[in-house]
Amino acid sequence: MPQWIVNLAYLLASALFIFGLKLLSHPRTAVRGNLLGAVGMLIAIVVTLLDQRILRYDMILLGLVVGSAVGALLALKIHMTAMPQMVALLNGFGGAASLLVAGAALIEAQADPATLTGQFKVATAASGLIGAVTFWGSLVAFAKLQELIPGEAVVFRGQHLVNGLVLAISLALCGWVVARPEETAIYWGLAAAGSVLGVLATIPIGGADMPVVISLLNSYSGLAAAATGFVLNNNMLIIAGSLVGASGIILTRIMCHAMNRSLTNVLFGGFGAQPVSAASAESVYAGKVKATSPEEVAMLLETARRVVIVPGYGMAVSQAQHAVQALANLLKSRGTEVLYGIHPVAGRMPGHMNVLLAEADVPYEDLKEMEEINPLLKQTDVAIVIGANDVVNPLARTDPKSPIAGMPIIDVDQARTVVVIKRSLSPGFAGIPNPLFAAPNTLMLFADGKKAINEIIRSLQEATVAA
Amino acid sequence: MDTLIAAVTVFVLAMFVGFEVIVKVPPTLHTPLMSGSNAISGITIVGALLSAGLGHTTLTTVLGLLAVIFATINVVGGFLVTHRMLEMFRRK
Repeated sequence: MPQWIVNLAYLLASALFIFGLKLLSHPRTAVRGNLLGAVGMLIAIVVTLLDQRILRYDMILLGLVVGSAVGALLALKIHMTAMPQMVALLNGFGGAASLLVAGAALIEAQADPATLTGQFKVATAASGLIGAVTFWGSLVAFAKLQELIPGEAVVFRGQHLVNGLVLAISLALCGWVVARPEETAIYWGLAAAGSVLGVLATIPIGGADMPVVISLLNSYSGLAAAATGFVLNNNMLIIAGSLVGASGIILTRIMCHAMNRSLTNVLFGGFGAQPVSAASAESVYAGKVKATSPEEVAMLLETARRVVIVPGYGMAVSQAQHAVQALANLLKSRGTEVLYGIHPVAGRMPGHMNVLLAEADVPYEDLKEMEEINPLLKQTDVAIVIGANDVVNPLARTDPKSPIAGMPIIDVDQARTVVVIKRSLSPGFAGIPNPLFAAPNTLMLFADGKKAINEIIRSLQEATVAA
Repeated sequence: MDTLIAAVTVFVLAMFVGFEVIVKVPPTLHTPLMSGSNAISGITIVGALLSAGLGHTTLTTVLGLLAVIFATINVVGGFLVTHRMLEMFRRK
């Protein structure tokens, strides 16, 4: 097939990627957008397979079969609650592919020194470094989210110094790859240094900061693909890679903004590593916390006209999304308005809560962003906080010295009554007490999220039957 | 040098297009956006297929094979899981 047809097909695939992402701007058109992206990918793969330079198809077939089987199995079996791990893993695989392709391209190019151009050499080094960092960083993120290793931030003395040193070594190896491209071993040395860097850069970030890490790794996986595009001089790879790179950068920025922290602070902060003193928690909570029962909450809900539900990571942990939806349906059938207030960093990845609630059949119109829900909370009878903590902590507004100072929060304290469903008074990821739990209009329901909601539903049904 | 500038031009312009298009994705779809864009970053499969098929050396063929596996997981897993999620959003 002449090269111009191949290039034209690549252009078509690139256009389909862009158009597909554009259709992701609305839940109604998003399915079609994703399919268009897949069609673009299929076109790109088929056209590449027709390349006359390909001598053997056995390895290609083997790779495609194994990869498709594993990919399909992962995609179909994964629970919606485990989606952050899944995305972390996929990010990593994209990085690994870039690392390997650039390595193979380097070895192929050594046979013909004329192909070792400046662009080729720099791009190969970049591909190798970003690919290795993405792969190992994503594996660490995956292990944290899957709880194979402790999820909290790992910090040690001299951490910044060690990380800086490894970064310097990695960059030096990049320079060495460019200077001596005929030595393949240097490239693998770079890959090893990048791997160490990926691990070290990810372990100090934990818990509620995971959305930032995943977004950032998402962006890296795209940039790695774009770098591979520079290696192979392939515009389609550059376009597709930079689209993903841009997407990850945007999400990273949104996540940081939603926590009122800079990216540097998230990456180097070791946030949440220092436990808060029990004394300060005691002074906030002493004698002011009111515990409640499912029956009492049901009574409150019976007369409520508007209820706002604010979910957090705890809802995912206790798999309470279906129970929450059942409660919302029951309330709606009694004429109560039920809305959901979703904080951008609730959960462990961007949009985590939305996916869980969509799985439970909650209509997306009911899911309100922070800016939309906040003005409505003053006219809300009951706000139910389930498994969220820092994102509803009023200290963000009132205490400039608090680690979450200036972070935009969902103003549940403005509602007439706040019901917080939580196992204990333990602090959230920021490690600080939450005065909301001691507020005069707050009732604490100490229980597992799913069980508590189911008991509220039962009490509410009994009350309905009795009436 | 000319090819480099041409490639950088494509890179920069594609970044701008990416920003313009993706800023409009609502927060409710941010997870599918991540998994879907992830599938797109599996585009390195194109380079992987060539490495696995050119038969240059045994080493490049093996590297190519591994890359094809990783990239295919990325592509197939990414598009499928995104489809699964988006179907849930569409139901209502």
